[in-house]
Amino acid sequence: MKVGVLALQGAFASHHAALTATGVNPTEVRTPQDLADVDALVIPGGESTTMLMLLDSSQIRTPLVERIQNGLPVFGTCAGMILLSTNMADGRPDQQPLGLIDLDVRRNGYGRQIASFEADLDISGLDHPFRGVFIRAPLAERIGPKVEVLASVDGHGVLCQQENILVSSFHPELTNDLRLHQLFVDRAFAAQ
Amino acid sequence: MTDVTRQTGTQLVKRGLAEMLKGGVVMDVVDADQARIAEDAGAVAVMALERVPSDIRRDGGVARMSDPKMIEEIQAAVTIPVMAKVRIGHFAEAQILQTLNVDYIDESEVLTPADEAHHIDKWSFDVPFVCGATNLGEALRRISEGACLIRSKGEAGTGNVVEAVRHIRSITGDIRRITQADSAELFEWAKRLQAPLSLIQEIAETGELPVPLFCAGGLATPADASLVMQLGAQSVFVGSGIFKSDDPAPRARAIVEATTNYTDASVVAKVSSGLGEAMPGLEIEGLETRLADRGW
Repeated sequence: MKVGVLALQGAFASHHAALTATGVNPTEVRTPQDLADVDALVIPGGESTTMLMLLDSSQIRTPLVERIQNGLPVFGTCAGMILLSTNMADGRPDQQPLGLIDLDVRRNGYGRQIASFEADLDISGLDHPFRGVFIRAPLAERIGPKVEVLASVDGHGVLCQQENILVSSFHPELTNDLRLHQLFVDRAFAAQ
Repeated sequence: MTDVTRQTGTQLVKRGLAEMLKGGVVMDVVDADQARIAEDAGAVAVMALERVPSDIRRDGGVARMSDPKMIEEIQAAVTIPVMAKVRIGHFAEAQILQTLNVDYIDESEVLTPADEAHHIDKWSFDVPFVCGATNLGEALRRISEGACLIRSKGEAGTGNVVEAVRHIRSITGDIRRITQADSAELFEWAKRLQAPLSLIQEIAETGELPVPLFCAGGLATPADASLVMQLGAQSVFVGSGIFKSDDPAPRARAIVEATTNYTDASVVAKVSSGLGEAMPGLEIEGLETRLADRGW
């Protein structure tokens, strides 16, 4: 199985390192050809405005939507969560997210960098807390009925899944805790 | 439901934002209109300052932190992170920028230094700092003072990439040499670089700087961005190179594309076509002031 990391911009190197530590041999995805070769994909944090632009100029947007609709396991963190959402507030009016998970998010919903924070999260299915690192993080403002919330902060979902799509508003790639990457990789193997 | 305890201003959170800016372009802007052009072009952040470095160079005089009103206008105009510069050692300017909630503070040699011996104690701030460096020792001294992101200095406002190349090569070259050193040689490295031994030992183990390494100073073309990314920069800062060129918007966009696709020369070639004149460049030998010499 080949796990890819979308490498247009952002924290792709940290995800690459975390995936490598789980024992898979990840590849960087920058072109439609790269995308066609992977069996699972991580969409990292970064600047969602930049990444949405580069998705179009790299001609990845359409094939990416098709692959995910056809069951490609995908894990979107922070900007990755924004990209996969249905609606985004406080974004650029000329940009639309991919609309693949039934979530509405507000960009930088927790505030500017000064409000960025760490917190221990209770995640359903994990036996001890996970240190969540939130950086200018998106806030889930509406969560659709098909979406399962696996962790929340002050009543807002921060780790959510809908079928093959897993999203977090925090950055598991910035800590040494591999449990969420392992969970994602295990599920991707199981889906094959 | 129990409330979650939030810890702000940690090293992880401060360095983390720099991780999110990797593979991107940070653009110097002097007003809200330029900030919008930068965001439209795909900048990952903007650096708000009153004059771009080439104008500071031309005008002379003392260059200071920007007017807070101008910074607030830029914050209101864009949704991407906003950085702003303070003079080296001027912690009161930094305190002001922290109250303005800027996302990153650049303690910058482009402004006129306020202290000839001391940089700011950056550990005492919740907003992260980026600092310039011409070599690994300078980078590690800034990190020991709390910097969360290093940019190689280059020579700002010249449109000449030669100093940026010198500085990024110096930093990455010494990192490579340290990974080859034995444990006894690391003490000598710490002395030679005038840098903390613990950071030298960390580099020997990891083979990289403890914080992200970006490149700045004199970049003017998509090829310049590709060059420094291939030399080991993780993102680029472009100052005068965009808004002092003939046609800023397409040049800004082209530099963004080249930074993402720096390993693919065919993409860099395509985006380099028909951009008009780059900013006029300056020979380093002819400069009255070498900005990179500021900082200690």
